[in-house]
Amino acid sequence: MMKKLWPYTRGYRKWILSGVLCSAGEAVFELLLPLVMADIVDTGIPAGDTGYILTRGMLMVVMALISMALGIGSAFLSSQAGQGFGANLRQAQYDHIQNYSFRNIEKFSTASLVTRLTNDCNMLQMSLMMSMRLLVRAPVMLISALVLAVSISLKLSRVFLVAMPLLLVLIILILKHVSPMFSSLQERTDGVNLAVQENLSAIRVVKSFVREEYEKEKFRKRNDALRSTSERAFGFVVMNMPVMMLITYGTIIAVMWYGAPLVQAGELEVGLLSTFFTYITQVLMSLMMVSMIMMMLTRAIACAKRVAEVLDEVPDITDGEPGGRAPSGEHKVSDGSVDFDHVFFKYNPEAEKWNLRDISLHIPSGATVGIIGATGSAKSTLVQLIPRLYEVQEGVVRVGGRPVQEYTMENLRNAVSVVLQKNTLFSGTIRENLLWGDENATVEEMEAACEAACAAEFIHRMPEGYDTDLGQGGVNVSGGQKQRLCIARAILKKPKVLILDDSTSAVDTATDAKIRAAFRTRLPDTTKIIIAQRIISVMDADLIVVMDDGRIADMGTHAELMETSEIYRDVYQSQQEGADIDG
Amino acid sequence: MAEVRRRGPHGPGAPRGGFQKPKNMRKTIGALMRYIGRSKWLLVVVTVCLVLNTVCSIGGSYMLRPLIDECIVPGNYPRLARTLAMMAGIYACAALLSYSYSRIMVRVSQKATHAIRRDLFAKMQQLPLNYFDTHTHGELMSRYTNDIDTLNEILQNGMVSLISGILTFVGVVAVMLYLSPLLFLVTVFSLGLMLAVIMTVGKRSRRYFMAQQKDLGEINGYIEEMIEGQKVIKVFNHEAKAKEGFARRNEAYRRSATNAHSFAGAMMPAMGNISHINYALTCCVGALLSIAMGLDLGALLLYLQYTRQVSQPIGQVSQQVNNILAAIAGAERVFEVMETAPEVDEGSVILVNVSHGADGSLTEAGGRSDGWAWKKPDGQLEPLRGDVRFQDVVFRYVPEKTVLHGISLYAKPGQKIAFVGSTGAGKTTITNLINRFYEIESGLITYDGIDIRDIRKDSLRRSLGIVLQDTHLFTGTIADNIRYGKLDASDEEIRAAARLANADTFISHLPDGYDTWITDDGGSLSQGERQLLAIARAAVADPPVLILDEATSSIDTRTEKLIERGMDRLMANRTVFVIAHRLSTVRNAKAIMVLEQGEIIERGDHDDLIAQGGKYYQLYTGQAELS
Repeated sequence: MMKKLWPYTRGYRKWILSGVLCSAGEAVFELLLPLVMADIVDTGIPAGDTGYILTRGMLMVVMALISMALGIGSAFLSSQAGQGFGANLRQAQYDHIQNYSFRNIEKFSTASLVTRLTNDCNMLQMSLMMSMRLLVRAPVMLISALVLAVSISLKLSRVFLVAMPLLLVLIILILKHVSPMFSSLQERTDGVNLAVQENLSAIRVVKSFVREEYEKEKFRKRNDALRSTSERAFGFVVMNMPVMMLITYGTIIAVMWYGAPLVQAGELEVGLLSTFFTYITQVLMSLMMVSMIMMMLTRAIACAKRVAEVLDEVPDITDGEPGGRAPSGEHKVSDGSVDFDHVFFKYNPEAEKWNLRDISLHIPSGATVGIIGATGSAKSTLVQLIPRLYEVQEGVVRVGGRPVQEYTMENLRNAVSVVLQKNTLFSGTIRENLLWGDENATVEEMEAACEAACAAEFIHRMPEGYDTDLGQGGVNVSGGQKQRLCIARAILKKPKVLILDDSTSAVDTATDAKIRAAFRTRLPDTTKIIIAQRIISVMDADLIVVMDDGRIADMGTHAELMETSEIYRDVYQSQQEGADIDG
Repeated sequence: MAEVRRRGPHGPGAPRGGFQKPKNMRKTIGALMRYIGRSKWLLVVVTVCLVLNTVCSIGGSYMLRPLIDECIVPGNYPRLARTLAMMAGIYACAALLSYSYSRIMVRVSQKATHAIRRDLFAKMQQLPLNYFDTHTHGELMSRYTNDIDTLNEILQNGMVSLISGILTFVGVVAVMLYLSPLLFLVTVFSLGLMLAVIMTVGKRSRRYFMAQQKDLGEINGYIEEMIEGQKVIKVFNHEAKAKEGFARRNEAYRRSATNAHSFAGAMMPAMGNISHINYALTCCVGALLSIAMGLDLGALLLYLQYTRQVSQPIGQVSQQVNNILAAIAGAERVFEVMETAPEVDEGSVILVNVSHGADGSLTEAGGRSDGWAWKKPDGQLEPLRGDVRFQDVVFRYVPEKTVLHGISLYAKPGQKIAFVGSTGAGKTTITNLINRFYEIESGLITYDGIDIRDIRKDSLRRSLGIVLQDTHLFTGTIADNIRYGKLDASDEEIRAAARLANADTFISHLPDGYDTWITDDGGSLSQGERQLLAIARAAVADPPVLILDEATSSIDTRTEKLIERGMDRLMANRTVFVIAHRLSTVRNAKAIMVLEQGEIIERGDHDDLIAQGGKYYQLYTGQAELS
């Protein structure tokens, strides 16, 4: 895992190295200081040597100042490195997500991508920072303290031989036990959060079915589970501290017991005995720090795994054919003709059933094409292949007479504009959102696009017009207005092919008709592909495609289809019948 | 219905802690105490443990020096053994005490946060809808994910650490004063220095942390919004722009976070080394004193021992104070939600199941029966007929904008009433008022002659089945989701409802049929399929009055045709309110109301309205003209 994330420390490795050196230096000084202290206490004070005490005291102050400088340096360097690493990691993830195809995006849920970019990254940068500051101290402390302890008394140092392995074993045992507890703790926390989140988004459903008590009960179960799991996990974690205390104190007592004869025999100065205690405390404390950081790191590993998943996801659509040469970008889409040549497609490559089967279709440039079909008949799938949002498995999709793979994605998608079924506006003004279509658009162009999408009338009615702030996700406009803005945004791109995927479902019938009329007069050269539920939305199209269960069932003009297509007649009847009975 | 939403200051993923100052500390602590106070006796035990633990650790150190001077140096082994055994006992006690209070605090904090979560969630169920309109989900989520978490951390570790820090400090200072008041002057000087460092560095770091908080909120908001709209970014080739916007915010956050952590991190080495300097100074002064004034050497050595212990609690306490303030600010936000006024419900009329006697009398049925009746507070039963009337109803979501201007309408039992009109005309608002999601400003809404405000809300809503414009599904199986309409529905009832809504066909095509697991709000299902499930959910509830708000908007007309018979059966003998764009869906309604800008501009049945030649006629012929 470390190896995977190491590249993202790029640009900060100098900081890491110097930070680690600072921490190590600080640790060394922290061990040297007690030696000077021992000098003062053992030599200076008993002898009443004021000069010695003062010089040693000064030395200690100087050493403390150096140690302080190193410590502060380590703090600065480690936060530089930690935050820099976090920023790199976030940026790398985010940039990589930009290369994702629709299929890649769908693999992760939105919420999980957000968590990976926010909490997980924060956890990791924090871990690096803490490791740099505290983790590196442990080996330095350990080794130097051992060296110093041995130099004071080899015999007494044997106490460490028992204490340290014991401590290590205990730490490892605790960690081993705790890390699965933490992952189940994470699951329980997710469970509680999920319950809250679903309750929030479905609050109207909850209220209208009077399910408050049921929801509370559902929440109670998860809340109880969270409580018992956290109590178990943290109940174990708090054992860490007392265990360390016991071992530290035990070691001190052992040192006294075994040290006493040494002092008697004159092998050990009594002052050094207390220096020995200081080392014991420091070594064991630093080991304890290690165990605390390890606990944090076990949680960080889960985060690292999730981040790595995002980074490892291979974008399944890239410029050019898979494994083939990348297109040079010289090809621009020349016209708005679209061809499907025996196209087969399925979302899940392992699935048996094709989502689209043997689609062949020719759409001349500038034509208006309607697509009609039942829910789940793969209408959206069909149109999403045109801007290469998904990759076909068999057959060829051509735009402007050229297979879509021969264009760079940028050129292709600049020429093919899709208004998705589930569309989004971004926070900012109406103008800022429209400029997504063309960032250099003039006011006149913007006005024209809004006219064509029948958005101009309501924009003008707003007090601030194009500068109206939409709020996050466009919450300050109604559903129908949102759809019209999305259409205007797509038109502003001046695409060769404009695709509307059921994009006027929230727009009333009259406005819907107006939009279509505007398309005819204002966008005569653009190929318009319209998926609709209502036959009236497509009946004046040059070509109507009737989809049924992933196949093209029939195609033709309205008049032809009324003759030949049973499904089409059915749909037509279903929308007209009321009129016949009543009218 | 233009909802004006306000983005909360804390998006999800806002950092724990931070340095927000609580507004009303006393009140929040009072509220918090009510939760912690439930573990009164445990807290008493914790306090005792803490005090004993401090005594043990100070006492342990106190014994160290005499042990060396009196046992080791003279080589008094029996006494050494005795004293060591005693020390071992004291230390074992200290460890045990430390474990006990930590373990108890885990229990106390988990119990308290568990209760707070429970109460917060329960409260959320009572909040009026406009609360959810004016607060983002992220904001409410962060009460659970950040605020309660921070609080838990503080309860579990912070408080104990604070108290033990204070106790140790007081204990050590007492011993030091006892040993040498003169030397203590040196210590006071160092302690003053430490406090000064804490103040200045702390102030600076607080400022940086506040900046970091702001930048973090900014970047989290950006991430959330952009990931949500990732597909749109792809379609518009907007990747480069999105990366650029992200890089800018990322860099800003990196800078402020680096500053914040640098300063916060510098605190520990600064304090530690001031403590070393303090030690050196104490040594020098102490030595001079012992020479000049004959200070007892043993006392000096002991004093030095404590010098190293006195500074640690200061850092510990200063760190905890910030955390505790942040936790209290978080708790304050949680309690703010809990104190929000709940939905008003002063109704006393309730809905009961009844059975009809042979003589036409009504008797309250114990279980579920075919008949429904209103039970007045005096016990009188009134059959539910489904007669809904609006009289001059005025309503606004926000004070500035009136949404309904004096609407009057009636629906007689068993009638199908349709609302037609452009988006934003107020159709959904009317249905929101029938089930009292919002309170009207003036006018009257009656249900079978009873003011709906006199009906208990749960009864009112139970009598109304609603299929909403936006379908929401829960994580669980398909069957669970349909069963949401009637919790005790049998499998057969669920299948019947699904067949009625024509959802049975697509469900049986799913890999696990009715047991197919749905996640992420039914993300794997199409809009149309989700609507079919929503209809099945309403069907299984079998309510006396039905509201269909664009219930079939995403269902293709052929499928709609297929479910029509089912829908007819569902609507038979019920009062039904229908909102639809498709005029074909509403044309057989008994009464059609054409709404515009919050007013009913036309009403009548299809033929009347066509004859009137008004807006409906225009809408209708607009369609007819094209066909």
